[in-house]
This record gives sequence, C-alpha cells and structure tokens, in this order.
Amino acid sequence: MKIEEIEILLVEDDPLDLEMTLRSLQSDHVNNRIEVARDGEEALDFLFCRGAYSGRSPQQQPKLILLDLKLPKIDGLEVLREIRATPRTRAIPVVILTSSAEQRDIIETYKLGVNSYIQKPVDSAQFRQTVKTAGYYWLVVNRPSPARG
Amino acid sequence: MLKFRDYSIKKKLTLMNMLVSGTVLLLACTAFGVYEMTTFRANMVRSLSIQAQIVGANSASALLFNDAKSAANTLSALKVAPTVLSGGIYTLAGEPLAVYRRDAGGHTPPLPPMPPGQTEEHWFADKELSLIRSIVFQGKLIGMVYIRSDLQEMNDGLLRYGGIVVAVLSVSMTAAFLLLMMFQRAATRPILQLAETARIVSREKKYSVRAPSTDNHDEVGLLIEAFNEMLAQIQERDAALQTSQEELEQRVAQRTAELDATNKELEAFTYSVAHDLRAPLRHIQGFSDLMMESFASQLEPEAKKYLQRIGEGTQQMGRLIEDLLSLAQVGRQEPRLQVTGLSSIVQEVLRDLKNETQDRDIRWQVGDLPFVDCDPGLMKQVFYNLLSNAAKYTRPRNPAVIDIGQVSVEGQVVNFVRDNGVGFNMKYAHKLFGVFQRLHRKEDFEGTGVGLATVQRIIHKHGGRIWAEAEIDKGATFFFSLAAQKNVRQAANVS
Repeated sequence: MKIEEIEILLVEDDPLDLEMTLRSLQSDHVNNRIEVARDGEEALDFLFCRGAYSGRSPQQQPKLILLDLKLPKIDGLEVLREIRATPRTRAIPVVILTSSAEQRDIIETYKLGVNSYIQKPVDSAQFRQTVKTAGYYWLVVNRPSPARG
Repeated sequence: MLKFRDYSIKKKLTLMNMLVSGTVLLLACTAFGVYEMTTFRANMVRSLSIQAQIVGANSASALLFNDAKSAANTLSALKVAPTVLSGGIYTLAGEPLAVYRRDAGGHTPPLPPMPPGQTEEHWFADKELSLIRSIVFQGKLIGMVYIRSDLQEMNDGLLRYGGIVVAVLSVSMTAAFLLLMMFQRAATRPILQLAETARIVSREKKYSVRAPSTDNHDEVGLLIEAFNEMLAQIQERDAALQTSQEELEQRVAQRTAELDATNKELEAFTYSVAHDLRAPLRHIQGFSDLMMESFASQLEPEAKKYLQRIGEGTQQMGRLIEDLLSLAQVGRQEPRLQVTGLSSIVQEVLRDLKNETQDRDIRWQVGDLPFVDCDPGLMKQVFYNLLSNAAKYTRPRNPAVIDIGQVSVEGQVVNFVRDNGVGFNMKYAHKLFGVFQRLHRKEDFEGTGVGLATVQRIIHKHGGRIWAEAEIDKGATFFFSLAAQKNVRQAANVS
C-alpha cells in the first residue's frame, strides 16, 4: 500500500456532519486516509482526475465512497450515476450516508447500484457508531473487486 | 305494409280528400240513381196502365159480344209498343178472349189469380212488369186486361245512367285530385319543411337551423314560429351552458394546477424537513456528546446535567420530526391494499415492542382477528401506535392487561385495543386524534401528539372509522373499522 493512497472519498457538504464523520472514522484503529469533497462536482473531479485534481493518477481510486445525497452543484444521485457509468469507477463500493429516509431516494439509489444506504441517525452516539461500523466493514471486512483501478 | 297512420301527411291528405269527395259523389249518384229508377218505374206503370185502359175500353163491346176477332184487333194496337211482351183480354171467368204476343209461338199466359175483391194490380217480377186492369162497361165489371212488358227500356236507361255516373265520377275525381295536388302543396309544404328541420335538429344536434317561416297565420304558421323560438332558446341555453362549462373546466384546471403546485411545495417542504431539520439536531447532540466524552473530567456536575438536558431536548425533537414526517407521508401515499391477516401484523408489532417492554409485566391477550383488505405497512403503523400507547399508559399497572380483538358493532366488524391503564376524561375525547393534541402531561407520559393523528389518517385512508372510550384510571379502548372488512372476512372464511 502506497503512502499517498486514498482509502475513503467522503462527499459531504455539511461542515459539522463532516467533522463528526471524520472524527468517527479517524478515531477508529484503522488508519484511514480520507479525501473530502464538499460538493458533487468536486467529487467527480477527484474521481475522474479533472480540474484541481488533474495531476492525480487515475490508477489510484478510493476503496470506499461515502456519499451524501443532498449536495451543492451536482447532487448525490447524479454523482452515483456517473460513478456507475464509468468503467474505472464502476466497481468502487458506494455507501449513501444521508439524513433522508425517503422511499424514492432509497429506491432510486439502489436502482443505480449503490452498495449500501445508511440514514444518518439523529442520535449522535448511534451516528458515530454507524459510521465506524460502515468504515470497518467496507475497508476491513469486505473483499473489493480485483477488477477495479 | 304501411298502416294508414304511418303514411306521410301528403298521402294522408290525398287519400282523405279523394275518399271524401268520392264518397260524396257516389252517394249523390246513388240517390239520383234510386230516384231515377223509381220515376222510371212509375212512368212505366202509368204508360202501361194507360195502354191497358185504352185496350180495355176499346174491347168492352167485343167482350160483351164475345167477339174474339174484334178483341184481337184491338190488342194488335199493342204492336207499336215494342216493350210489350204479351197482352190479353180475359173474361170474368179468367178465360182468354184474345191474346197478343210479341214473339209468335209463345204460350198464352193464364190470368194470374187475383186476391178476392181486387180487380187491378201490377208487379215487377223476373225482368218483366205485369199489369192487370179491369174492363168496366156501364159501371159493371165485364173482364180483365193483362199486359206484360219487358224491362229492356228501363235497363237500357239504367245502364246509360251508370255510364254517366262512371264518367262523372272519374272526371270529378281526376279534377279533385289535380286540384288537391295544387292546394295540398301550399298546405303541406310548411309542415314538411318543419319536419325536415326537426329531423336535422334531432339528428345533428344542430340548433342553429330554423324552419322556413311562412306568411300564413294558420296553426302551422304558429307551430313553426313556436318551434323556431324554441330552437333559439335552446341555442341560447346551449351557448350559456358551453360557456359555463368552459369556465368550469378552466377553473378546475387552474385549481388542479394550484393544487399540484401546493403538493409539490409540500413535498419539497417535507423533503427539506427530513434532510435539513435533522442535521442541526444531530450536530447539537453530537457535539454535546463529544464535550461530555472529551471534557468529562473538567465539567461540573451541573454542567453535565445541562448537557444531558440538551440531549433529551434533541431526542424529543428528533422523535417529533420522525412522527411529523410519517404523518406527512401517510397523507401523501395511497394505501396499497392486499388481503392481510391482522393477527400476523399484531404479532409482528409485539415482537418489535418486546425490547422496550421487557422489564414490564404486560399480559397481552390477542383474540381472533380478521383478514382485511389493507396496506400491511400502514396497518402495522396503526397497531404499533395503538399497542405502544397501551403499553405506555398502563405503565403504573402491575400487571398491565392489554386486549386485542374484534367485536361486532351494528353488523360491522370492529377491531379494538383495550387496556387497563390510566385512561382519560371523555370530555377531551374529541381532541384525541388532533395533531399535537395530548391529554397527559409530558413528565407523566412522553409523546409527540402525532401518533394518533397518523393512526386516524391511515384508518380514514382505508375508508374506516376510529374512536375511543375511556374512563379515568379504569383504562381506555380504541375501536376502529375498515371499509371492506366484512366482505374480505367472508372471502377468507370460504377459502
């Protein structure tokens, strides 16, 4: 594993949620390298090595994408659609981490091939536990597809 | 075959007129015919009688002297009358003295017997007229004259008359027919045009047509005028109706659009509530938790208590948001009905409630429950709310007894949930299902005041009814019915 390898792409626009999520992920014993995108456009730029990320090697892709649905510029659904439409990013596990438990959001994201849908619990202890568990599951327990990158 | 009443007016008029004029003419002709015949016969009898009297007067002496030759001579004068078949002079004894016959070789007719006391007679019989006249000399009856005449003349006359009648009739009828044709057109044309107009109106629903008006001020003229007026009124009303319908449609479309917009707004609102209202709550709680974790050693007990209060507040608000969202969602979605056993739903809910009631002594008594046409997800929400309420308000009871079952109310199956909890005052029963309405203080029983409102909305969406009966400190019973419950139950029993 290379030092600069990014393990998680966290797409989150809410600074407080971001802080809590980062805290939960980093306090874990897994030493996660996390890249943060503050909106959908930034997330796609990072994944497809465009704009500010044009110098990045497209060979290195995160092991997990934590994606909020309600995002500025390009929303989570659109980001997910593009990820699944692109061969290089298609196999990356995407976990939706959002406040909404709207039926149509859940249905729509699963249609687009999301790996997991997590509603951010209002209870903060639960929230942090959930984020930790998800990170642990996808980064440590889960065997990723060898075909990616 | 067409019946008379199905004939067109034109044909009816023609037929009627021809029939009337024909009958009148025929009657007149018949009357004339009868008169003619009667006159003719009277004339015949008179002229034959005169002839007989002349013969009788001239043959009186021949009779007195029994001179057959002279009598025959007198009789021969009858030759000039071509219709006379035979004539004879008879003695009082009825013996013929002399006989004349138009056709030689015929037999001598005997004198027909006469009724006693009668000496003169005539009668028509078998194409001939017979006539008997007495011969009187110096006031004394001395013999009889008997003359027979054929009816050839009369028959010829009648035949001629018949010919004339036929000729007159046919000429008159033809003339009548022609005249009729001429006048009938004037009389029937407005009616025919009116009928045609009515046909167009009824067939094409075209109210703009008008029957051509006539200058006649007769009944038909009035009818046409009235008909046209009626059409004008219908047309006017039609137009008004059309206008109001268009207005109505436009208004409906506008309202629908407004409603759609409102619905969309509402949806956006709840969506935004779902997303945006939860986040700050999570943050408040998250960071107060972090403070508690990270700075526990530096915090005064009072500060810790406040942090705990913050936590309680956010949790309450979290529940409120969840409940409001679920209420809004119930309002938006239509129930997806399927036949479901309520027992299995109750069992599911009881499993869900197990955790929060594990330290309680609750006797759940689940009776027979029906199969109903319902949305299972929504029905689970109903039972979850009612059962968790029952559990909540029986908290002071040990043991708590909660009955779930069905009863028949006015022939309808009604489900109920009964508890022996704290109950409530029926005075406030009307507030039970209102949003944010609570009948208990928060410090006694927690809650948002949204649960029963959601339950009621679900029941209404199923076409049902919900109500409650309670008494303070004795417990409460919630009853609810569903629209199609009875039928489905029967169907379930059959299967």
